[in-house]
Amino acid sequence: MADKKAVVANVPKKKATSREKKDWIAGYIFIAPVTIGLIIFYIWPFIQNIWFSFNDVNTFNVATWCGIDNYKRLTGDTEVFNAFKNTLKYVIITTPVGLFFSILLAALMNAKIKGKSIYRTLYFLPSVTMSAAVAMVWKWMYNDQMGIINSLLRALGGEGHNWMTDPKTALYCIMVIGIWGGVGYNMIILLAGIQGISTSYYEAASIDGAGPFAQFFKITIPMLTPTIFFVLITGLIGAFQVFDTVYMMIGAANPAFEKTQTVVMMFYRAAFSYGEKGYAAAISLFIFAVIMIVTVIQLIGQKKWVNYD
Amino acid sequence: MSGKKLQHLFVHLILLSGVIFVVFPFAWMVLTSFKTPGEAMLIPPTILPENFITDAYSEILTALPFAQIYMNTFVSAIIITVIQVALCSMAAYGFARIDFPFKNGIFVLLLSVLMVPGQIFLIPQYLIIMNLGLLDSMMGLVLPNLFSAFGTFLLRQFFMSLPKELEEAAILDGCNRYQIFYRIMLPLVKPGIVSLVIFTAKFAWNNFLWPLLVNTSPDKMILGPALSSLQGQYTTQYPMQMAGAVMAVIPLIVLFFIFQKQFIEGVAQSGIKG
Repeated sequence: MADKKAVVANVPKKKATSREKKDWIAGYIFIAPVTIGLIIFYIWPFIQNIWFSFNDVNTFNVATWCGIDNYKRLTGDTEVFNAFKNTLKYVIITTPVGLFFSILLAALMNAKIKGKSIYRTLYFLPSVTMSAAVAMVWKWMYNDQMGIINSLLRALGGEGHNWMTDPKTALYCIMVIGIWGGVGYNMIILLAGIQGISTSYYEAASIDGAGPFAQFFKITIPMLTPTIFFVLITGLIGAFQVFDTVYMMIGAANPAFEKTQTVVMMFYRAAFSYGEKGYAAAISLFIFAVIMIVTVIQLIGQKKWVNYD
Repeated sequence: MSGKKLQHLFVHLILLSGVIFVVFPFAWMVLTSFKTPGEAMLIPPTILPENFITDAYSEILTALPFAQIYMNTFVSAIIITVIQVALCSMAAYGFARIDFPFKNGIFVLLLSVLMVPGQIFLIPQYLIIMNLGLLDSMMGLVLPNLFSAFGTFLLRQFFMSLPKELEEAAILDGCNRYQIFYRIMLPLVKPGIVSLVIFTAKFAWNNFLWPLLVNTSPDKMILGPALSSLQGQYTTQYPMQMAGAVMAVIPLIVLFFIFQKQFIEGVAQSGIKG
C-alpha cells in the first residue's frame, strides 16, 4: 500500500512505521481474547444456528439437510402461533403500562420531597433480585387456597380466584410480575433524563404562567422523549424474551399452559425437551426476525415523536 | 404554603402505595420462611409468624446440597465477573485507543452480537460444551459468559472520553502500550469498571436458562435452577421454598445496599450513554 520510493526516501517515516507495526501487534493482543471468544461462542454459533434451521437434527444431534421443511412446519404450527400471540399480548401490555408507571414515579421523585433516596432504594429492589426467586414468591401469593391475595379478597368480602390455573387470568398475573420487576429500573433511567433537562426551560415557562401540569406535558415529556425511546426499545426487546417467570410458574400440567407459553419457552421445549433442535433453531430465527422488524419500525417511527436537540 | 404541603402529602401518598406494592412480596417471602408448614397453610393466614421458627432454613440444607449450590453460585459469579471485566477492559482499550488494520470491521462484527437475542446462540453453545465434555462442570457453566460484546462496548465509551495527551506523554516517557493500559488508562476508567462489575455480577448470580441447561446434577447447579427443582420437589412446603428464595436474593440485596450509589449511577448512565 505505501509508496516504496517514498518510504526509502523518507527515513524517519520508516521508523514511524515500525513503531506503528508494534502498535498494531499490541492492538491485536488487546482485542484477541474477547474477539476469539465471541467468534467461537457467539458468531460461529449464530451461523451454525442458521444452518441447523435447514436441517433435521435428531436426538443424537446428527443433522440431515431438509431444506425449508422447518420453516414450512413453523407457518402451520398452531402451538407456535399461540406462543407468538401470548408473547405479543405480554409485550403490548407490559411495555406501555410499565412505561406509564415509570414516568409517573420518575416525575414524582423529581419533586422536592423528603426521603427520596429511601424510595429510590426500595423501588430498585426488584431489579437486583433473581427472577426465579421472585416467581416463587408470586406463585405463592397467587395460590388459590392459601395465597395472601385471595385471603385479602375474601377478607374484603370478595371471592378467591384460581389466578394461575385459569387460562383467562394466568398470563395477566405474569404481566404483573414483569411490570413489578421493571418499573424501578426504568424509573432510575427516566429520572436521570428528567434531571438532565435544563432548568431554564422551566423558569421561562413559569414566567409565562405555565402550571406544573402544563410544564410536565409541554416541557418534561417532549424533552424526555430520547430517554423514553431508549426505555421503550430495551423494554420491548426484553419483554419479547420473557422466560424465567413463565418457566417457574406454569408447569406443563397447568390448564393455563397453552395460554401462557411464550416463544422462548416454546423454543426451549422444542430444543431441549423434544430434542428437535433443527426446528427450534428455525423458531429462534423467527423470534429474531420479529424483534428486528419491531425494532426497525420503532427506529423509523421515532422520527415522528423523539426530539433530539 | 399549605397548598404546597398538601401537594407533597399527595406525592408521598402515591409513592408510599407504590412502595407497598413493590416491597410486599419481599416481606411476605421473609415472613413465610419463618413459619411452620402448617401455619403457612392456615386460612385465613397469620401475618406475623406465631413463633419465628428457622426449621425451613435447616431443612433446606439437607433437602438439596444447598451449601454446595451456594458455593457454585459464588464461584461462578466471581470467575465470570473477574475474567469478563478483565478481558473486556483490554479489548475496549484496544478498540478505543490503538489504530490497527481492520479495527472497525472487527468492532462492527463484535457489536452485531449485541443485536441478536440470546436464544439464537443457545443450541450451538450447548453442543460445543457437550462435545467438549463440559456438561455438569464449572467450566461449562462459565465459559460462554467470559466474553461480552456489551462490556467491551460499554468500556470503550469510557476509554474514548479520555484525553489523548495522557498517552502521548506516557509514550514520550518510554512506556509501552501494556504499561500505559495498566498503569495510566485503567485507573481512569474506574467508574466504568465498577458499573460493569456490578452488572456482570448481578447477571451471573441471577442467571437462569444457561445453567438450567448445562448443569443439571444437584451438586453442580447454581441457585436459580436449584430453586426450580426445590419448587418441583417440595410443592407444598411453602416455608422451605421461601427460605430458599430469601437465601438466593440476600447476597445481591446486601451488595446493593453497600454499593447503592454505584448500582443506581450505572443504570442511570445506561440511558444517557445509549
